Amino acid sequence: MVTVQVVVIGAGEVGTSIAADLASDHDVVVVDIDESRVEEIKYDIDVLTLVGDGTKSSVLTKAGAVEADMLIASTDDDKTNLVICGTAETIGDPFKIARVKSAEYQRTWEQTGEAFDADFVICANLQAAGTIVDVIGLPSAVEVSSFVGGLVQMAEFDITEGSPITGQTVAEADRFDSLTFAALFRDDDLVLPRGSTIIKADDRMVVIGRPESVQGFAQQIAPVATPDRGDDIVIIGGGEIGYHTARMLEAREFSPKLIEQDSDRARALAEDLPETLVMNHDPTDTGFLRRERLDEANVLVSALDSDENNMLVSVLAKRIGAERVISLVDRSDYVQLFQEIGIDAAVSPRDVTAEEIIRFTREKVAENIAVLEGGKAEVLELELDADSEFVGRSIRDIDESVDSDVVFGAVSRRGTEVVPRGDTVLERGDNVVIFVESEFVDEMLAMG
Amino acid sequence: MGQYLRVEWRASVGLIGAVLLYLTLPLLFPLALAVLYGEPVLPFLVPMAVTLGIGGGLRTLADIEEDVGPREAFLAVATIWLLVAAIGALPFLVAGNGTIAQPVNAMFEAMSGLTTTGATVIGDFDAHSQSVLMWRQLLQWLGGLGILILVTAVLSEIGVGGAQLMETETQSQSSNRLTPRISETAQLIWGLYLGLTVLVVAVLAGMHYLGPVVGVELAPNMNLYNAVAHALTSISTAGFSPEARSIEAFSAAVQWVLVPVMLLGSTSFVLIYFAIQGAPMRLLRSEEFRFYIGVFVLFTATSAALLVGTQELDMGLHDTVRHAAFNVASILTTTGYASQDFTNWPNAGQNVLFAAMFVGGMVGSTTCSIKSLRWLVVLKSFRRDLFTAIHPNAVRPVRVSGNSVDEETIRDIYGYVLLSIVIFFLLTLFIVIDGARSGVDPTEFEAMGAAASTVLNIGPAFGRAGPMNNYLVFPESTRAVMVVLMWLGRIEIVPVLVLFTPSFWRS
Repeated sequence: MVTVQVVVIGAGEVGTSIAADLASDHDVVVVDIDESRVEEIKYDIDVLTLVGDGTKSSVLTKAGAVEADMLIASTDDDKTNLVICGTAETIGDPFKIARVKSAEYQRTWEQTGEAFDADFVICANLQAAGTIVDVIGLPSAVEVSSFVGGLVQMAEFDITEGSPITGQTVAEADRFDSLTFAALFRDDDLVLPRGSTIIKADDRMVVIGRPESVQGFAQQIAPVATPDRGDDIVIIGGGEIGYHTARMLEAREFSPKLIEQDSDRARALAEDLPETLVMNHDPTDTGFLRRERLDEANVLVSALDSDENNMLVSVLAKRIGAERVISLVDRSDYVQLFQEIGIDAAVSPRDVTAEEIIRFTREKVAENIAVLEGGKAEVLELELDADSEFVGRSIRDIDESVDSDVVFGAVSRRGTEVVPRGDTVLERGDNVVIFVESEFVDEMLAMG
Repeated sequence: MGQYLRVEWRASVGLIGAVLLYLTLPLLFPLALAVLYGEPVLPFLVPMAVTLGIGGGLRTLADIEEDVGPREAFLAVATIWLLVAAIGALPFLVAGNGTIAQPVNAMFEAMSGLTTTGATVIGDFDAHSQSVLMWRQLLQWLGGLGILILVTAVLSEIGVGGAQLMETETQSQSSNRLTPRISETAQLIWGLYLGLTVLVVAVLAGMHYLGPVVGVELAPNMNLYNAVAHALTSISTAGFSPEARSIEAFSAAVQWVLVPVMLLGSTSFVLIYFAIQGAPMRLLRSEEFRFYIGVFVLFTATSAALLVGTQELDMGLHDTVRHAAFNVASILTTTGYASQDFTNWPNAGQNVLFAAMFVGGMVGSTTCSIKSLRWLVVLKSFRRDLFTAIHPNAVRPVRVSGNSVDEETIRDIYGYVLLSIVIFFLLTLFIVIDGARSGVDPTEFEAMGAAASTVLNIGPAFGRAGPMNNYLVFPESTRAVMVVLMWLGRIEIVPVLVLFTPSFWRS
């Protein structure tokens, strides 16, 4: 692996875990305004440290941002992180990642992919909500990852003997809009599926497509484990994460219930979430929970503000009989504790954000987004610029001109998804997700 | 007491003066007709002198420095509607022919015209000149979309105050702005209104004059005079006709053409504007539009089914459907035309029409009555209340076309609907008592029909006040009260009632 130079600004939980993870392979500089925190990190992990205000050009220069390959703005303040990216842009050309809490900034950035001079903006609240929704909606998936800002999802499923699509051809099983059957792993071999390929038990199936299509597919192959529309999903706490969780569930055609204690906030949520039943009450009142039959919930998500409240609600929910309980955990060292007391899943926004940044950083270096089945195949996400050989050609044309088997899993154009078909002509600025055998990765990268 | 009066009446007076001055212009139209037909011109010259005199006089009293606030808007709106009706009555008085030469009747006819009610007290249509009859039609057209929208479109000096006036006139908070400038929005809407009117004239006259060319008598009676007269009162959902037999005087083809015209007049002009601009889906996405068309279809089907079973009427299927659709459209949109004397319908059919009186078309159109949007909100909020009865902690905003309606607005709407119905009952009671006093003895259905028809600005009622008849059946005192209630109903009750609260005039 190539060694790259990384500057991390902000030595909080997220910044520290990113630095710790990258330190083994890369040259990492950590900058923080708080001297004591910098002191602490200096002895914990093997990185260069610097005390200073990361929004200042002089501090960034001193930290090596001029020649750095990557800069991660990970302080606890959204605006500070965005200003850091803007400042870094003036002094050098590192790949700039900003972490924000507000989904609004993330969406603004998504419009052009260039706003705030950031190359990548990651929203912790969206990331946490997305993780919760995947845990709720795709319990049968072996692995789930999201691309192009959540517009496209890739998921791996094990096909079992009892699965309804076992024995069907790929063409028969493909009943969803914008869902691509990217690959089958059979007895450790990679099979690129054709319409006539027959799906067998014990195959591992990789699908790429819109989240609602992936959800529908999961429903089809694992009807018992996967929640359906009639299932009761209850979210406790209408903060940002609770709100985004409900919103994403709505997009997957679920109708969740959301309990929020503050009446004004409850009203605002109800106005924003047409398919969600919002209730305004104290969520720790067991009488209320029973009266509204929340004790019979199939899935209950505790998304309150404090760990204490989340623990209380989660334990309560388990006790009165909720089937699956997922809790938000603010302090990542509590994740283990939550799971030990019987909570089915604990999601820490900081953890998932740090993981996402680390994953993204590693991918940025290796230029792929996922390696499947021990390196047999890789998934690439390419943004087509003017030099790309793909621009102006149809997918069938590209497919025929290369030696390898390549599957176009998804194409997103100006923020919306285009269903990749043989006659789809690629345009400049398109984001394409390609599934390709490992040995042809270099060839594809050279072309794209 | 000047310093205790907290209404900046000088601002209102300036506006009123300007409106009266502008009222001179529409009077030129019947004047020109009178010259053309060789009829007396005095009925129009006198009111023109009055508008110029009083209008000019009020302008000198005015203080244009004062802002038009909510109170000034209420005062101006209520007064303008009353004064314009009074001046509108002058041609009838000066002409001195028939029943409307009598002051209360003249005022009744003019108020019924301006408020687009369409109830008449003309006993004999032949007694009146063509130009006076056309003035009735023109009054309705002026009142159709609301005088204050016209004023806002014409008077640039009103500026921001225009929004205040338009909202006061229609009692809706969200006068959908098409452009940032309220006067431009008003101009667009009036341009649209004018364009649609011209289109209807062209279609009606075209049927009359081009029909014989291809060998079909499509619209025998619909000459240019009648085409203009009916275009003026159909798109404005108003309902006057120079013909004593209303639309029964015209062919089936004309009746069919007028059904969509009335429905269009009752459709939100903002949405019509967007539809013309190439976004017809906005109209179809509007829940209010779907509700209103749904009510039309349901009521038409119900009355057609009731008429089919009636032997006495002896109509074929086509006639039945046409008369059902026409009269339901006429009453539902608050137009008040009739394609036949529906007082001969079976009771059940007449009751369907009576129920339709209370619905009305869409907000932001020329319709009157309670209006579809209010009913839609009432029904949805009632359904919500049923749900929260089971789930007391559920928070469920009432949504119309995807947008949530805030709770204060819902309360206002409930209040308005209740107030309309209370006023309707009080007027019914008054008609019955006053009728008994004067020996008219109206039946309950006659009284209820006439009460709903005037306060909701529809036009014809039932029994002796049916579409082929007139309101002369009621005593003069009843007619005088109806004048006030048509005025009250047209500007949606509130602007008139607040003038009679003491706190309006004090701080």
